[in-house]
Parts: sequence; structure tokens; C-alpha cells
Amino acid sequence: MTQETINKIKNDPSFQELTTKRRAFAIKLSIAMLVVYFSFILTIAFNPSTLGTPLSADSVTTVGIPVGIAIIIFAFILTGIYTKRANGEFDDLSNKIKNNLKDN
Amino acid sequence: MNRIFLFLALSAITLVGSEVISGAVEKQALNVSAIVMFVIFVGATLGITYWAAKRTKTAKDFYTAGGGITGFQNGMAIAGDFMSAASFLGISGLVYMKGYDGLIYSIGFLVGWPIILFMIAEPLRNLGKYTFADVASYRLRQTPIRTLAAFGSIATVTLYLIAQMVGSGKLIQLLFGLQYEVAVMLVGVLMILYVTFGGMLATTWVQIIKAFLLLSGATFMAIAVMAHYDFSFGALFSHATELKGIEIMSPGGLVSDPISAISLAVALMFGTAGLPHILMRFFTVADAKEARKSVFYATGFIGYFYILTFIIGFGAIVMVFENPAYLDMAKQAIDGGSPILGGNNMAAIHLSHAVGGDFFLGFISAVAFATILAVVSGLTLAGASAVSHDLYASVFKKGKADSMSEMKVSRIATVVLGVVAILLGISFENQNIAFVVGLAFAIAASANFPILFLSMYWSRLTTRGAVIGGSLGLATAIVLVILGPIVWVQILGNAEAIFPYKYPALFSVSVSFAAIWFFSVTDNSDNAKQEHKAFEAQFIRSETGIGAEGASEH
Repeated sequence: MTQETINKIKNDPSFQELTTKRRAFAIKLSIAMLVVYFSFILTIAFNPSTLGTPLSADSVTTVGIPVGIAIIIFAFILTGIYTKRANGEFDDLSNKIKNNLKDN
Repeated sequence: MNRIFLFLALSAITLVGSEVISGAVEKQALNVSAIVMFVIFVGATLGITYWAAKRTKTAKDFYTAGGGITGFQNGMAIAGDFMSAASFLGISGLVYMKGYDGLIYSIGFLVGWPIILFMIAEPLRNLGKYTFADVASYRLRQTPIRTLAAFGSIATVTLYLIAQMVGSGKLIQLLFGLQYEVAVMLVGVLMILYVTFGGMLATTWVQIIKAFLLLSGATFMAIAVMAHYDFSFGALFSHATELKGIEIMSPGGLVSDPISAISLAVALMFGTAGLPHILMRFFTVADAKEARKSVFYATGFIGYFYILTFIIGFGAIVMVFENPAYLDMAKQAIDGGSPILGGNNMAAIHLSHAVGGDFFLGFISAVAFATILAVVSGLTLAGASAVSHDLYASVFKKGKADSMSEMKVSRIATVVLGVVAILLGISFENQNIAFVVGLAFAIAASANFPILFLSMYWSRLTTRGAVIGGSLGLATAIVLVILGPIVWVQILGNAEAIFPYKYPALFSVSVSFAAIWFFSVTDNSDNAKQEHKAFEAQFIRSETGIGAEGASEH
């Protein structure tokens, strides 16, 4: 890549839009995953009985079971949300940057 | 080449065949339906290897299956790498033994995947060619970075291989009635065949087929268990607690203190993002779009698989626990309780017999063996690539090796690694290997991951910082594992551990990041200035993929 190309891409508004938006989105989703997971793991470390509470008086199923399954599904949904937006909106921006490069 | 392959493949089949005969004479525990199904699997995968061998002409074909794997296929293969025999039998065994703790463990293995997608997958695909060291050394000095990355890869792969080989030997001994050494050699020889002849294309398809078989088998088992209870989880859990007590429904002793909890989480998350055989899979797809899809599908398959193993573990509690058919009478006479044949990790295997009889037991046993084969193949290919691409082509030949000689070196490296794996498998037969996978994850998290991550995102990273920090992280991980409770107390027999935690990752990863930061910001050399300047171009390619398409051609 020549310095000229680098400058052209760097000054392309689409490039700035792409990097800012994607970075913000990726960080938001990562924080969501980390907060959920670390809340879970720290609850286990500090107060395990919370997750051991039965769902209802006559049930042996504890709160921990649906919570655990929900975290697995949550992780999958997060990857789906990211993939959908990145493969649509972000890739469109990437293609726009590539086209701008060809046009000039 | 193909003639050699046919000859070796036939010899391997004869090896299985002859053992079937001699085994039948000597041992009662021989499982005929398992062996028939396993021979079919081996035959089919050798067929795939033959097909793949004809399509593996260049180094690019060898390392990345030509780059033409789709996101869905790659997602399945990544999930297959993760769904090893250790995780299928180990996690269902953990659920069988401790109930809820098994779920905690599997969640830890899963949550690294979204982070890999958001942070690693795209830059990795856009910057790399064959190995993750391509990315780490993109703007840094090739020789030191590649050497360190190759060392980290080979260490991770070798430790993982030890665990898989020992596990496979014991499992096959138990399931098929073959001798331990024969089983280990069989795994080693087949893996060498798949990888040397079929490269990444064969390795990927073996992994995909196995993942499909494993998911189908596990689905059948989970449905069969649930059908017994009219698909009511409440009924299943209440029967299980009648047998094993109410405590299996809540967190037990797996994570006892906050430091261990966080350290385990760090090891699983960052370790997954530093496993060379997983990272390598991102180069088999065409572009960043397919790389993202791969993680999406992989997370789905792995999450689904963990939900199945949870049901399977509880199924084993209600159908295998205290069932006289699976009781180890000899062991019970000495220790009391209700030990099952082959130990807790056999819970899923016994359950397959309980729900589907001899035929289904044979199927699950064959799938377990296939799982081991597929996983060791992926590991060996990753180790061989570190030798041929990073050490031989980049460090030794300074990037001037031609594709043919590089491929030749990786084939030789595969054979050597395969032989080493067989020897390690045999010599570790009676060793306590509980620390091995933990150490592999700790090294991946403390040496491989920090360098890879910072090379992608931090413009101030310099060669000096990466080499010193990565080496310190690696050393800290190894030293803390040796001084920790498993090696220092359980293996070396000392009274008390010098380092009190089982998982060192929190400390070794921190050491690595801190040292990389310190030795980078204090680096005022001309070299460091150039590396800082080169970040801009790297960043543009990493973000947009511009330049990446061309790079995958040469």
C-alpha cells in the first residue's frame, strides 16, 4: 500500500464512519457479554445459594438452570446480532471505500 | 504420492482388521458393532483423504484447504475442534458427578466465542495468511516474533496432544478391547495419513463429518432421555435429585473463591482466542464475511452441544447411576459407593447403551474414537504449520522458501509430530495429566493471545515489548502451574502448594500485558519508530480487507 493510498483511505469519511461505528458496536457487545458472564461467575463465587433457589416451592429445578441456559443462548444471539450488522452495514461501507479508491 | 497413500491406507486398515481378529481371541470386552462402525468411518475418511490429496497441490491448499471452505462448514469444523472427546465425555461426566457444576464449566468454554468474533476474527482473516504468527509479525521483526509464536504454538499443541493421546489410548482400550499401545499407535498413524496426504482439506472434512455424527448421536441420546420423562425437565430433575440429592441442582465446589473464578474465566476466554489450531481455521474461509459466519455457526453448535451434554449427564444419573448393569463390582467391593465401569467419564458411553442397546453403544464408541482422530489431526496440522511456515519458511529461509519445499517440510514435521505424539502418549500412560490441558490454555492465554491482540490494536507495540512480555507470560504460566496445587502437591507430593491457585491465567496474563506495555513504551529504537509508523497501513488493511484478497493468492 502506498502512502498516497493510505492517506486517501484515511481521509475517506466512509472509513472513519466504518471504524468508529464498528469499534463502538464491538465494544458494546463485548461489555454486554463480559458483564453477563462475570455477574454469573461472581455470584457463584460470593453467593452460590442465589442460583440454588428453587423456581417454586414444589419444584426441584433451581434458578441457576434457566439462568445458565439463558447465558448460552445470549452468547449465540450476540454473535448473530454482530454478524448480521457487520455482514450488511459494515461490509457495505467497506465496499464503498474500495469503490472510492477505484474512482479516484 | 497417491500410490504411497493407498499402500499406507491399506496397511492401516489391515492393522485395524488384524487387531479385530487377535483381539477377539484374547479379550472378552471386544465390541464388534463399535469396531465395524469405526472401520466404516476410517474407510470413509481415508477415501476423503485420497480425494483431498489430489486437490492439495500448493502450500496454500495444504494450510488452508485452498481458502474455499464456507462459513457454515468452517463453523462446524471449529465446533468439531472444540467438541473433543475430553469435552463430550468429560463434561457429561462432570454433570453426572456434580450436576450443576458441569454447566458452569461449559458456559466458561462458550463465552470466549462472542469475544473472538467481536475482537479477533476479522483482523485475523484480513491480516493473516496461514498462521496467527502472520498477524503478530505483520509489522514487527519476523525472526524473533515468529520464533516466539512458533514456540507458543508448539507448546500448546504438544500439551494438548498429550492429553488427547492418553485419553484416546484409555478410551479405546476400554471401548474396543484393544491394547493401550496399539490404540495410541493406531490414532497416530491415521492422523499422520490424514494430515500429510490430505492437508487442511482432509482435516476439515474429517472434522465436519465427526461433528455431524457427534451432534446427531448426542441429540438422539438427549431426546431418548427426555422421552422417558414426557419431555418434562421438572420430572427428570426430580428423579435425579431423589438418587443423588438436592445439591446437584446448585453450584458446588468447582469455583470456590473469586480469584480462582476470575482466573479460570480468563484462561478459558483468552486461551480459546490463543489456540493455534482454532485460529488457523479462520484462514480456510474466503473473507471476513465468511469468518464472521463461521463464529456465529460455531457458537450455535457448541452452545447446543453443551445443552445436550447437560441433559446427557442428568440422563446418566437416572439411567446409569445405581444400575447394576454398569456397576464396577470389583471397585465397589473395595471403595463402596456406586462406581461405574471405567470411571465417571464413561457416563455418556453407558447411557448410550441404556437408551440404544449394543448397536447404539457401538455407534457412540466409534464416534468417540472418530472425535479423537479429528481433533489430533487439527492439532498436528497447526503444530506442523508453525514449524514449516513460521520457523522454516520465515525464520530459516527468511521468507524465500518456495511453496513446494515449504509443503515438504510441513509433511516431514507432521510425521515427526505424529511419532512424538505416539511416544508421549505411551510414556504418559500412567502419569497424572490433570494439569496438561489447563497448562495449554494458560500458555495460549499468556503468550499467544496478548501478542496477537496488541499487534492488532495497539500502534505502540514494538518487537522488544512483544518478545519480552510474551516470554515472561509464558514463563509465568509454566512456573505457576508447577508451583500450584496440581503439580506441586498431587504429582510431586509436597505438603502445601507454593502458589495456591489451580488456574494461573489471571496472574500470567497480567504479567504478559504489563511487560509488553512497559518494554514497548520504553523502546526508543529506530526500529520501534518504524513499527509504529507501519501501524497505519496495517490498520487500514485490518479494518477493510484491502490488500488481503491479493495476499491469499500468492
